[in-house]
Amino acid sequence: MVQDRKSFAAWLQAAPMMLIFGLFFLLPLVFVTIVSAWDYNEYEMLPAFSLRGYTDTFEGCIAELPDLCTILKTYLKTLKLCLLTWGLTLLIGFTVAYFLAFHVRSKTWQIVLSLLCTIPFWTSNVIRMIAWIPLLGRNGLVNKGLQGAGLIQQPLEWLLFSEFAVVLALVHLFTFFMVVPIFNSMIRIDKRLIEAAYDAGATGWQTLVNIIIPLAKPGIVIGSIFVITIVMGDFVTIGVMGGQQIASAGKIIEARLNALQFPAAAANAVILLGITIMIISALTRVVDIRKEL
Amino acid sequence: MSKSSKYNNGINRRAVLKGAAGAVGLAAGSGAITGFPYVHSAEPKVLRYLGTAVNAGDEISKKCLADTGIKIEYITVTTDDVTKRVITQPNSFDVLDTEYFSLKKLVPSGNIFALDSKKIKQFDNITPVFTKGQLPNGKKIGAQGTAPWKVLYLEGANSKKFSTTPTEFVTLIPTVYNADTLGIRPDLIKRPISSWSELLNPEFKGKASILNIPSIGIMDAAMVVEATGQHKYVDKGNMTKAEIDLTMKIMTEAKKAGQFRAFWKDFNESVNLMASGETVIQSMWSPAVTKVRSMGIACTFQPLKEGYRSWASGFCVSKAVSGPKLDWAYEFVNWYLSGWAGAYLNRQGYYSAVLSTAKANMTADEWGYWMEGKAAVGDIKAPDGTILEKAGAKRDGGSYEDRMGGVACWNAVMDENDYMVRKWNEFIAA
Repeated sequence: MVQDRKSFAAWLQAAPMMLIFGLFFLLPLVFVTIVSAWDYNEYEMLPAFSLRGYTDTFEGCIAELPDLCTILKTYLKTLKLCLLTWGLTLLIGFTVAYFLAFHVRSKTWQIVLSLLCTIPFWTSNVIRMIAWIPLLGRNGLVNKGLQGAGLIQQPLEWLLFSEFAVVLALVHLFTFFMVVPIFNSMIRIDKRLIEAAYDAGATGWQTLVNIIIPLAKPGIVIGSIFVITIVMGDFVTIGVMGGQQIASAGKIIEARLNALQFPAAAANAVILLGITIMIISALTRVVDIRKEL
Repeated sequence: MSKSSKYNNGINRRAVLKGAAGAVGLAAGSGAITGFPYVHSAEPKVLRYLGTAVNAGDEISKKCLADTGIKIEYITVTTDDVTKRVITQPNSFDVLDTEYFSLKKLVPSGNIFALDSKKIKQFDNITPVFTKGQLPNGKKIGAQGTAPWKVLYLEGANSKKFSTTPTEFVTLIPTVYNADTLGIRPDLIKRPISSWSELLNPEFKGKASILNIPSIGIMDAAMVVEATGQHKYVDKGNMTKAEIDLTMKIMTEAKKAGQFRAFWKDFNESVNLMASGETVIQSMWSPAVTKVRSMGIACTFQPLKEGYRSWASGFCVSKAVSGPKLDWAYEFVNWYLSGWAGAYLNRQGYYSAVLSTAKANMTADEWGYWMEGKAAVGDIKAPDGTILEKAGAKRDGGSYEDRMGGVACWNAVMDENDYMVRKWNEFIAA
């Protein structure tokens, strides 16, 4: 009897969260999937079953072989940017977290320094991204500086409106999402294990590879999930820093929405969701987060 | 002992939280929380004006408030978002300022309300460029694309079909229009530019830009392709699938070769690209050229031998508008056509739909510079007061007749629009 009451009370307490989750996440997801199978014309959605959203998206994929069709090219480009960003944020994030967790002695300083890292987030994401433009432009600060120092004669064009600029901005914006979970995992590592490794004669590198990285895996995976899901769907940063010339999965959805082709946008959204879920499940197969946490 | 006290603390904290939640719920329910605005019946006249950044002017709204007592609240978004809002949120705006080419999408949706031309005082004075497709002196102008006179009239008050003959139900009351061309930085180009094909000239590799709004960008692309001599279109504003493929193929090759520095969608982006020297030749809108000039940077809205791409915009109301709001909307539109606003827009480089009232609000020198292509007698000032041109300068392109007479096509939504948007996406993704 007590057990029933307790579980009923538990359900009640979980109910608000479940309600919000259901109403604002599951329901819209179901709607988007339904709409993706509707027909459409110039300006409205027609609630008739039609896979036109999907077939239009994949048009030319067989016909244009061996050339890739738009959607494949776009996803390859997005995956490439995602991988580059993930790799760089992992490297930088891991290093920063390692420094914070193991080289900073006092707990106060650890907290102060990690809070310092959050200060850039007090301004809008978009502003921090756009701030790169006057820096990297043809007549921007970096080019002026390099020309003034006599290192180059012509301004470097590839600094802005290129993949370099996109990856730079993405890494700048999202490294912190890697730092925090990895830092979290690292401070939970029992320091005695490191002592034991040292006593057993392990070099610094061996300790890193055999003890710290495996134990920080949950943090790495969580940080990776953050970065990968954000970059896969990003179109603002890739758009602005790429001069609107670099394709991204999110951009297709935005372009279809602008043309009022909602079912096509929904179809692309479902495809994007599917691919992102595949990447994330592959990641969680490497590390089972639930077991480790 | 310590265990039970910890237990006690837990219970107490929980109890406090529960109590607080209950108290807030009680307060909200019983109306103890007040302060919600009380809507008085004598409300001030407010119109929500949905449009792009290009026509939104602080001075216009201030003068409107002073002259008519109507407060204009601007809702400023990009061209595509304006159309999206009309289709999906017709209750979120009152007055709509949009281009004629969007009507092919907006009218069938039934979300806008045709205005009665009989209630517009200056309707008969509206320039025949809109109503008949000819200049005031009778010369016919280019009709390729979604020309305004093709979509100006509706068959009935609630009809969704365009009428080929004039009726009293007007889709958009015309307000402004212009002939657009490429903007250039003459100080960085240093030679005369006279053709649309210069946009693809490898001399400007990495320094060109084109507009990223499919309906308008495709017209610029068509002008460029026709200028290079590779194809002559039957109707640039209504291309066949094969013509669309050809146009996009040429543009994609240029893009892959690195011709374009960036694309722009918002008018401020175009100003920044030109002013910072990132681009030296690009699609541009007249007020952007004015703005770059008022920053002290040389910029020319270059007349080209193949002609201009023209556009026109006007006002209508949302279908949700009725009663007193509809009267205020008519009052606002009538005020807009009565001269002050028209003169303001003329000074930005646009043309007002009713030329006679705008003329009455401009000095003879300004009229001579902006409309007649004469050399300026004194300095010409931008609408915000900064000096645009010194005495003796002539307007790029010349007189009204020269520029509007040189119109080759209008912004368009073509029959193959769906296909065109997909191809445009491929172009962006390439």
